[in-house]
Amino acid sequence: MTMGLIPNFSLAAMMPGIILVVSLAALLQFFLSYCRSLIAASVKQPLSPDVRDVTGIARTASGTDFERVIQLLRLCPAHPHDRSEIRAIGTYFRLLGFIRASLGKLFPSLESWAETERGQCAYFAAVALERRIAFSRDMLAEQMHI
Amino acid sequence: MPSFASQCLWVFCTLLEVGVVVCAFARGSFRRYFTLNLYMAASVAASIEGHFVLSHYGFNSDQYFYSYYYSDALLTICLYFGLMGLYSIVFEELGAGTYVRTFSMLLLGGTALFTYGVVHQAQDRMVTKYVAEISQNLYFVGLVLTYVLWGAVLKLRETRARVVQFVLSMGVYFSLYAAIYALRNLYPNYSNLASVLMYASQITDTLLPLAWTFAYLRFDDKARFVPARLAVIPR
Repeated sequence: MTMGLIPNFSLAAMMPGIILVVSLAALLQFFLSYCRSLIAASVKQPLSPDVRDVTGIARTASGTDFERVIQLLRLCPAHPHDRSEIRAIGTYFRLLGFIRASLGKLFPSLESWAETERGQCAYFAAVALERRIAFSRDMLAEQMHI
Repeated sequence: MPSFASQCLWVFCTLLEVGVVVCAFARGSFRRYFTLNLYMAASVAASIEGHFVLSHYGFNSDQYFYSYYYSDALLTICLYFGLMGLYSIVFEELGAGTYVRTFSMLLLGGTALFTYGVVHQAQDRMVTKYVAEISQNLYFVGLVLTYVLWGAVLKLRETRARVVQFVLSMGVYFSLYAAIYALRNLYPNYSNLASVLMYASQITDTLLPLAWTFAYLRFDDKARFVPARLAVIPR
């Protein structure tokens, strides 16, 4: 192994190199599928008219709605169970934005796929907003009761 | 001594691992996913043992070095059992679970032998390097096994939400760890990279308990997905 950035091409040095490349490719695939599994759970959930009004999402959400819904989410008291999933979806959304801006220029079908996915991310955030509003209402009702 | 941030991450991760076992009990799924919960319990035990060795022998001691890498390798083997448990669940209707388990055990033994062979061949490297090298290879084989399992999930149209979440989170975990160890082995002399990778591995450690707690709390055993819609390459 050398001190430089490119190690010697011995078997011992090549193995980690191959493992690194394959692992990163698999990581991307697993991460995308995991995020889609998080979104899939919320896709079937209908939005209440209140949340539709607040978010401006009529039937289907688009990628441009995401930032607005996230800002609304930040105004609500945090729900204890959704922080990590919202963070994961935020990372997924940025990754999709990167794919759309880079590879999407070369492959138009990839661009439309990324846009659909970004819309689903926005819908997921709207469902999370709905949950947070319900959570806040429950908390308020509890406090009124006390 | 590890930094304050590193110790906080350690405690946070251990608490999350305890949380997974508690959630599994609370949701009545402890026996159903016994091997996964066993791994989490083993991970808590390894954390406590690591803290004990650290406080008695110090961060730079040989004892801590061996304790860290050997417990890591043993935990990875425990996670293999967890993976085999998932294989059994996915293949239970086909009755092929025994064949898959035998194959996995053979692969595990083969990995250990292959790693020993590679390290033994490199005369200029320390034999203690074996433990770092075996971790990299174990994680990579774990990644390959998870990838095969994900393929089976898609092919067999496995729809149980929890199983799908477990498989995907394991895929993310194994691929991240395999990449971290590969970088560590590629550039062993870069101390800055080593400290970044140390934090990266600690953050990676929190991913599995976070994802599993989420899976236990959010879904029950009856929750279903259409996994073909989750695949990156449409099927």
